[in-house]
Order: sequence, then C-alpha cells, then structure tokens
Amino acid sequence: MTGSDLVLTSLTKRFSGFTAVDDLDLTIAEGSFFALLGPSGCGKTTTLRMVAGLEEPTEGTVTLGGEDITRLRPYRRPVNTVFQSYALFPHLTTFENVAFGLRRRGLKQVKSQVEEMLELVELGQYARRKPAQLSGGQQQRVALARALINRPQVLLLDEPLGALDLKLRRQMQIELKRIQTEVGVTFVHVTHDQEEAMTMADTIAVMNGGVIEQMGAPLDLYEHPASTFVSNFLGQSNLAAGTVLERDGDRLLLDVHGSRLVAPVGRARVHQGDVWVGVRPEKVFLGAVGEEDHDDSNLLRGGVVTDVSFVGVSTQYLVRMSWGQELMVFEQNTGARTSFRPGDEVDLHWLPGHTFVLDASQDAAAGVETVDEA
Amino acid sequence: MSTAAAHLGPGEQQAPSGDTSQKRGWTGYLLMLPGALWLLVFFVIPTVTLVSTSLYDPSGSILTGYQMTFHWQNYVDAVQGYGPQLWRSFGYAGTATVACVLLGFPLAYAIAFKSGRWKNLMLVLVIAPFFTSFLVRTLSWQLLLGDNGVTVDVLRWLHVLAPDGHLLATPFAVVTGLTYNFLPFMVLPLYASLEKIDHRLIEAGGDLYAGPFTTFRTVTLPLAMPGLVAGTLLTFIPAAGDYINAELLGTPNTRMIGNEIQDLFSGGSYPVAAALSVTLMVTIVSLVFVYVRRSGARDLV
Repeated sequence: MTGSDLVLTSLTKRFSGFTAVDDLDLTIAEGSFFALLGPSGCGKTTTLRMVAGLEEPTEGTVTLGGEDITRLRPYRRPVNTVFQSYALFPHLTTFENVAFGLRRRGLKQVKSQVEEMLELVELGQYARRKPAQLSGGQQQRVALARALINRPQVLLLDEPLGALDLKLRRQMQIELKRIQTEVGVTFVHVTHDQEEAMTMADTIAVMNGGVIEQMGAPLDLYEHPASTFVSNFLGQSNLAAGTVLERDGDRLLLDVHGSRLVAPVGRARVHQGDVWVGVRPEKVFLGAVGEEDHDDSNLLRGGVVTDVSFVGVSTQYLVRMSWGQELMVFEQNTGARTSFRPGDEVDLHWLPGHTFVLDASQDAAAGVETVDEA
Repeated sequence: MSTAAAHLGPGEQQAPSGDTSQKRGWTGYLLMLPGALWLLVFFVIPTVTLVSTSLYDPSGSILTGYQMTFHWQNYVDAVQGYGPQLWRSFGYAGTATVACVLLGFPLAYAIAFKSGRWKNLMLVLVIAPFFTSFLVRTLSWQLLLGDNGVTVDVLRWLHVLAPDGHLLATPFAVVTGLTYNFLPFMVLPLYASLEKIDHRLIEAGGDLYAGPFTTFRTVTLPLAMPGLVAGTLLTFIPAAGDYINAELLGTPNTRMIGNEIQDLFSGGSYPVAAALSVTLMVTIVSLVFVYVRRSGARDLV
C-alpha cells in the first residue's frame, strides 16, 4: 500500500429493504484511472457517493492514504466530484464556477490558477460565460476544471459523459485520459458504458447487484471473463451449452451438441461437468460448408446464415446452429473474406485459444440487455 | 418574414405571399385586442382620471363639481399634510416585509426541501387562510391581541409586557396584522424558487469545500433571489397601501396612508385624495424599480 491509495473495506449500504452495495472490498491505487462499470442500479453510483461523503455507509470504512474518512463531512474530504449532468452553478460564470472551491478554502488570488485550469480544458475564452451559454461538451469540461483545480487526492466522475452525443463522447474520452495523465490524480470513474470504461481506465471493476463480479485490466477482463455477466456486459459473447469430456494436459476437451471442441485450461473457470463454452463474435470465422477444415481449429458445422448486417468496418452475421441457437459472427471487411447471404449454409471455426469456459449454473443471458442502454 | 418561413416545411414556403401574410399580421393584433381593451378600460382610463382629478381645483365639491385648473399645489398640500402617514406606511410595510422574510424563508425552505410526503399538505395549509375573508381574519387578531386575550396574559406573566401593557392598538399590532396577512405572498414565490433548485447543486457546494452555511449563502440564496424579490414586492406593495390592518388593529396614531386616502375620498376631498394616491403610486414604482435593479433580478421589470 502506497501513499494515498483509496481503500474500501467491507463497505455496505442498505436502503430500506434493499442492499445497494454489499460488503465491498476494493483498493484503488494512487494515480490510477479506475472505472466502476455496471448496469444502472448495480450500486456503482452509491459506492461513489459514499467515497464523496454524500451518502453514509451502513457498514464498513473508507480510508484514503491510511486516514479513515468514513464519517468525514463531504466538504472536509480531499475528494472532488464531477457530477452527472455536471451540477454547475447556474448563477455563476465559468470563471467563478471554477474558482468556487479555491475561494471556499480562503484563497484570495485565484486568477492565475483558474486561468491555467481553463487553459488545460481549453475553455480560456469562455471564462465570462454562464453555464447556460455553453454547449454540453463545454459544460462537461467546466465541471472537470471546477473539480480538478482543487488538486483532490481522488477525483470522482459520475457518468461524466452520459449526456453527450456519441462523437463528442469519444472525443472527451481521449481528452479525459490526456488530462488524467497530465495531472496524475487518481480518477474513479463510474459508467454503464463498457466502451467508455475500456477506452480510459487502467483497471475496471465490473459491478452487478451490489458486488464486484470481476476486476482487472480492460484486456484481461475482455479476454478472460469470469462470469456470463462479464462476458456479455463487456462486449458480446457467444455462449453455447457444453460438457467437459476430459482434461488433456493444459487443454480441456469439450462436447458442444456433438462437436468436439478444445479450450485452454487457463481460460476455463470450471474443469468438469456442464459448462458454457464461450467465444467472442469477432474471433469466429465463417466458411462455406466443407471449405475450410483445420484439424487444430474449433469447428462447428451445419450453420445457416439468418441475418446479415453491414456496419462498415465489419459485417455482423447471425448463424442458426443445428440445435436452434443463433450465434454471432463479426467478419472484418478486409475484402479477403467471402461474404455470405441469408440462407447460406456455413461452418464456424476459431482458434482453440480463443475459447473460454464458464460455470453452467450462471444465466447465459446475464448482462445482455443492459448493453443497449448506452 | 424570413423567420416565419424558416419554420415551414419546404412545400409550404411558396404559399405566404400577399394575402396570407397580411392575415397573419392581423392575427397578432386581434389576439391582443381583449387584453388591450381591458388595460384601456381598467388601467389607462382610471389612471388618467386619477391624475387629472389630482390637478382639479380643491375648492370644488361633489355637488358643485370640480374645475380643471392644473392645481399642482394639491401635491404640496398632500405631502406636507400627510408626510408622517406616508413615512409610517413605508416603515410598517418595510418592517412587515422583513418579518415575512424571516418567517417565510425557513417555512418555504422546509416545504421545498424537508417536507417529503407532507409537502402538499403544508402548501395547502399556507393557502388555507384564504378560504376565510380577509376582514374576518384581521378581526380575529383583535381577539388574539386584546387585553383580555391569552397572549397578553402570558406575556404579562412572563414580564415581557408591563402589567399595564397592551398589544392591541399599538404599531406592533398593525405590523403583526400586515405580516400575517401577507405571509403567503412571501412563502409561495419563495417556495417556487427554492423548489426548482437542483439538489445536486447543494451537494456540489458541499463537495467543493463549502459547509452548510456557506453553501446556503453562496448557492441556495442566490438561486432563490427571484422568489425573494417577487415575494418582497408582493408583500411590500400591498402592505404600503393597506388600511384595513391600521383601521382594525391600530389607533389614530398608527394611521397609514391608505386610511387617509380612504377618509379623504369619503369626505369628498377628491383632488387631495387623488394627489396622495398618485404620490404613493409614484413612490412605490420608483422604490420597486431601484430595488429590482439593485437585486439583479432584472427579468421582473
């Protein structure tokens, strides 16, 4: 544990008859960009508000740099928040909004600091404007500047980009990451947008139902999902019911509706019995029946294309398998691959190393519907 | 014309030429007609009549009729003769307004932020007194503040009031009556302003190192300003011209300008009464103008 890590210990918040955050343990390293990702109602915002001091935990503690801040009033915490929909003071100019925190701490000479901060968020010429005269993206940056100027030990961001349109959101994601790198403050970012979390964060904690389902680097979470929820919420997954036949060294031999598939043991969460066999849609290739036949590939035969959508960089296929399930396949539009039309009979194949294996007792549809929310 | 065309679909853009645009121009004036007529009959004509009455020869009477002589002396007489009552009116109205702010702000704040599911009930309670006549409510204050009333007994027992002290027929009684009668006009606009404040702004204040009091001073109060300005205007203006409270709860020594105007009119001294009314009106309008400018709530003027 270094200088000013943020540590949550068995943090719990119960509202009448409902547990929003359930016995949460979490350490967020100083200077990291940390994302709490989850669908609405998963407890991520409540967690953030407990760190900010806007919500009092039912149980557990919040410590920052070794100091217990659990019962500290919000205005005494070295923590600032970028609120959802910004909560800029409508009666103050951009300049005064940004200067607010400094003035409250008794600083008289704020001009140079405020100007410097407005420069950082590229709003120098808007200092005299009121929030209502700014665009959504500009307001967002004022909110960021207003929080950052106080040099908090931890900056909390509550769905900061939720109100922006897609293009601006992409731009701000890169901007936020740049600013974080520049100032080196710990960012704790709450979002339900998995792309946003993956673009910016060093570490993502996927929350569901008040607990953390899985935590890790974006790539790690994406490649090694620990649960069906994570596999569906972070990107998309094909999950087919299967059984483990046997373990052969560091490989698992699987049976999926009569086909023999192989998965690395390291990517399997369970090693025997009934399982979900998963593969990401972009890892799967389509081939005309019998066209491609690699001994070392995972191969599912007898699919029929039911839907084709062209989305520019890739084409998304839905393929109905012999057992009735529809699997997704994303083919890059490199021009090197054959394209198919609905009704074509195809085989699906992918590298065994891209297969993952999950516990069959979990709901295969967990986390699916929430993807559309963004 | 160009802005009007911008709102139309592409197919309709050719249509508004000559005839139609002429009709559209008239519609606005037609819609304004009822309001303009109302203003003319109930505002412009009475105001002109009042101002001209104030310049009549004061030696006339209702029976003999009045001569228009541009007798500006009426104003000098009015201000010299009734100066104390004018000052008293503004003094009482100002005190009552301050009392309304002190009582009304916490109440409005409580209704807006702390009442939870009791909010509607509390609002109804604020408005409920209006179901009884203004006169009856003011008369009941005679009972409440009377020498035989409980209030006086208790205050005498507590030695707040001397054994022979009174409440009724004092300036205190008049200001109390004014405060009571105009409190809802302070609470409702304040409530409307406070209720609109996004709770996250108050949280943001706390997040940015402002304690509860500082947050109130720097965030809540400035955002409640429009309500506060509207409330003080709705209280101060009618209170300054009020005569019922002074009549029912006061003495000849607490008479306000409204009482004098009423007496002058009923006594037939139309020109001086009118001059006094115009003076009151002009003074209030100038005060309000300065106040609204100073408070920064310019949208109201």
